[in-house]
Amino acid sequence: MADGPVAEVLLRQLEAADGGLDSAELAAELGVDHQAVVGAVKSLQALGEIIEAELRSTKRWELTAEGEEIAREGSHEARVFHSIPREGLAQSELMRLPSGKVGFSKAMSNKWIRVDKSAADGPRVFRVVDSVEDEVQRRLQLVQGGQAEKLGEKERSELRKRKLLTEVTLKTYWVSKGSTFSTNISKQETELSPEMISSGSWRDRPFKPYNFLARGVLPDSGHLHPLLKVRTQFRQIFLEMGFTEMPTDNFIESSFWNFDALFQPQQHPARDQHDTFFLRDPAEALQLPMDYVHRVKRTHSQGGYGSQGYKYNWKLEEARKNILRTHTTSASARALYRLAQKKPFTPAKYFSIDRVFRNETLDATHLAEFHQIEGVVADHGLTLGHLMGILREFFTKLGITQLRFKPAYNPYTEPSMEVFSYHQGLKKWVEVGNSGLFRPEMLLPMGLPENVSVIAWGLSLERPTMIKYGINNIRELVGHKVNLQMVYDSPLCRLDAEPGPPRTQGAA
Amino acid sequence: MPTVSVKRDLLFQALGRNYSECRAGSWLCVSRGGRGTSEKEIISKEQGNEKAEGASDVVLYKIDVPANRYDLLCLEGLVRGLQVFKERIKAPVYKRVTPNGEIQKLIITEETAKIRPYAVAAVLRNIKFTKDRYDSFIELQEKLHQNICRKRALVAIGTHDLDTLSGPFTYTAKRPSDIKFKPLNKTKEYTACELMNIYKTDNHLKHYLHIIENKPLYPVIYDSNGVVLSMPPVINGNHSKITVNTRNVFIECTGTDFTKAKIVLDVIVTMFSEYCENQFIFSNFFFLKELAYRKEIVRADLINKKVGIRETPENIAKLLTRMYLKSEVIGDGNQIEIEIPPTRADIIHACDIVEDAAIAYGYNNIQMTLPKTYTIANQFPLNKLTELLRQDMAAAGFTEALTFALCSQEDIADKLGLDISATKAVHISNPKTAEFQVARTTLLPGLLKTIAANRKMPLPLKLFEISDIVVKDSSRDVGARNYRHLCAVYYNKNPGFEIIHGLLDRIMQLLNVPPGEKKGGYVIKASEGSAFFPGRCAEILARGQSIGKLGVLHPDVITKFELTMPCSSLEINIEPFL
Repeated sequence: MADGPVAEVLLRQLEAADGGLDSAELAAELGVDHQAVVGAVKSLQALGEIIEAELRSTKRWELTAEGEEIAREGSHEARVFHSIPREGLAQSELMRLPSGKVGFSKAMSNKWIRVDKSAADGPRVFRVVDSVEDEVQRRLQLVQGGQAEKLGEKERSELRKRKLLTEVTLKTYWVSKGSTFSTNISKQETELSPEMISSGSWRDRPFKPYNFLARGVLPDSGHLHPLLKVRTQFRQIFLEMGFTEMPTDNFIESSFWNFDALFQPQQHPARDQHDTFFLRDPAEALQLPMDYVHRVKRTHSQGGYGSQGYKYNWKLEEARKNILRTHTTSASARALYRLAQKKPFTPAKYFSIDRVFRNETLDATHLAEFHQIEGVVADHGLTLGHLMGILREFFTKLGITQLRFKPAYNPYTEPSMEVFSYHQGLKKWVEVGNSGLFRPEMLLPMGLPENVSVIAWGLSLERPTMIKYGINNIRELVGHKVNLQMVYDSPLCRLDAEPGPPRTQGAA
Repeated sequence: MPTVSVKRDLLFQALGRNYSECRAGSWLCVSRGGRGTSEKEIISKEQGNEKAEGASDVVLYKIDVPANRYDLLCLEGLVRGLQVFKERIKAPVYKRVTPNGEIQKLIITEETAKIRPYAVAAVLRNIKFTKDRYDSFIELQEKLHQNICRKRALVAIGTHDLDTLSGPFTYTAKRPSDIKFKPLNKTKEYTACELMNIYKTDNHLKHYLHIIENKPLYPVIYDSNGVVLSMPPVINGNHSKITVNTRNVFIECTGTDFTKAKIVLDVIVTMFSEYCENQFIFSNFFFLKELAYRKEIVRADLINKKVGIRETPENIAKLLTRMYLKSEVIGDGNQIEIEIPPTRADIIHACDIVEDAAIAYGYNNIQMTLPKTYTIANQFPLNKLTELLRQDMAAAGFTEALTFALCSQEDIADKLGLDISATKAVHISNPKTAEFQVARTTLLPGLLKTIAANRKMPLPLKLFEISDIVVKDSSRDVGARNYRHLCAVYYNKNPGFEIIHGLLDRIMQLLNVPPGEKKGGYVIKASEGSAFFPGRCAEILARGQSIGKLGVLHPDVITKFELTMPCSSLEINIEPFL
């Protein structure tokens, strides 16, 4: 420790001092740089309550480098005066002296010297007086001696204008004894070093205590997005339950697969320009499975498979219209159609989690795109009781155990049920999903056997995530306006491990 | 889901008893909502206390009704449904009768085929309105217009005082300049052209003008004296307007969907025939051959099997009867014959009957069981690879972003120095704002916008995203396809190309692709790209194909995304590594 001796001196002086001492005064007394004393103060402070140090700032006048030179060797004008011999000096020669230019004009204005322009070999300079008093040097010497206050305000500012004096602010410490004051301090080591280990010197050395109240330094790391961490958990849950993931990597879908195949009539409000994004380019689907399309058309317009149908004029051009899919149920329809083509029928459990798009009015909880979670089970003889049983297992894995089911209407499921769970934080029943048995008018035209039932349920990924992380504005979670600090700080997603979601500020 | 407001006191009066607030709430609200609120409370909540002065203190129940239950859209239907469910009354039987004297006729001319081809009509005779009944009658029409009628586009309803008119009636279509009449609540006659102009500023009617606007012929209904009854779907004539004192109501429904026009007419007459002298009896027009009572036979074990319950056929018949579907056990004792009344147009298949049985049984009373379906789970390979890569991208120190799949043309073209035609982007035809003009063709703009929104965060910013982009592809059935891209950016005071390059090397290491040009390896080769600084862009070739580019972004790109620091990026298609 370089400041070790200074610290020791400081402590001894402090022991003798009455009350305390000033760091600048000590530095002057010891003839060391003030920063060395400040370093000693800080290292003593770090040891605890040995000393107390109060920061003070004082203003002080100091000489500039030029000022110091003048205090030592005299002002430029005085030096010019002294360099002129009795017989005078050629002005051109005088100007070559180090103080020539400045000193000449000052000495002239002080009327110490004169110029004879009529001299034979050019202008010549002569003394006017015999001796001079160098006031500038005297004043600077006063400042140097710490007696700046003896100068008048006007004199000081004149010297400052000549850049001979500057006013400096000095931060000093007023040091006094601390509650555990002692002159006998042993230096503490901060950290264990390889040398200490190899030499064994660590055995004899005291170590500075750690401040366990301080925060650690977070590791440099990458982070996964909180919504996608929840997505990973939902995938995990479905996989644990034996569900196979459906391909959903087609944001563009024909109205046929998105609506018609689901027995959603062509005048349904969901097919409105206000609710669905239609495509200008490519505006229409190029290929549709025409055999199947005809069965769908007949079911809508005339009925069949035990149904009255909707009895309207079903139009192929409406079915061809390309859209951004409004739900992943379109992907489920494609998967079930593929399943129906496999003979004999094999039971299937499917899931998907992917983006869907709605041309909706945006607000704090609705965006034009969000993620839909969907589960589908196809087997002989499935019942509403089975649907509820699967939902119970699924939601239990999410940490949701209190469920209630309520009738609902959905064009492609019948019976349909909305799923509610009791939210401990919000103290009310909140909707957590929608479910039902797909209508026979959807399944039978695909070619699925008549006694096969398909149960399905869906929910959004964003809503449970917002509730879980206590986020009120969806833009903070999804999209480019995300708060990266929130991403950095987000915890692991353990859906079943927490007793309840964090407090939300009254958000539903 | 439509919401119906009913006055609490009227509801209790109609039900013949009072309920505590709480019980009424839970009993009525098979659906959500159902908390009693007065109009005053609502106005005061929405517009402040001052406006609420003078508003009524009557407590209203707001009841959500399933979107296909048109028979529950008014107090009359709700009460009837509840009374039948509680077995206090039997479901009424609706009858149509031929009146003494001549039957009314509505003649439909050929001209209507081009604009609004269907019309159906009926008369409610000897009806007794009161203020509340009349209000309910008007409100039901409005609810139907907003729901099943699709804002009058599919069906429009007109109601008239029959005693001011004389049949037969004619439904035809004429040039707008040839239609002239005194519309509802106006004091002088206007031509149809004038009316269309007048109603452009009418907050209620302006939404329906587009249905016939710019058509050469407008639909119109006349009586035998040439009195205009209505110009559907916009406005009725003033001459035949109904009042609380009207005794014989002529109802016409015109539209483009015959089935829905019939359903709407059925709902109105069945709901309000309650107030006719002979309850539930009304007279029809000759061409309406049916008042759609229909019979379905469903086996009881099918219902048990679909719901997952074990009830006797008799019990199931009873459950269905309570749901307004009069049912009885027939045949071998396992068959149930169900009569579907004209009010229940939502029943189009046995599965709808199954649902009603389940609702009457009570969803929450059904025993939960697990199916024995045995399956083996598989992940979608592309998502499996994505999940694995995401983990290791984060382990490499990059933070995951989640950006929108839809964006403006500017984001994917102009800002990257490209022409939109070069992007192969799919275009949306009806975006509400520029943010939804196209589906993204690259992930880069989303990441740059994420940085722009997080400029206050300490540098460097290292972001990545693995998600889908969309491009046109005529080999796909819909003419477009997704590609799974991986994009990463490094944003700092220095471009950090070596960091992005190192990330590429790490990704290739993870994918087990060795460096080098030999088969199966990867190399980067100097290239050009409008988004990159000249001489600082390379193409990435892996397993013999180009998979993307990396480089230092062009200062113009950085500026256009409102950024100030150098930035390097990498974007590849990961599908070749499946």
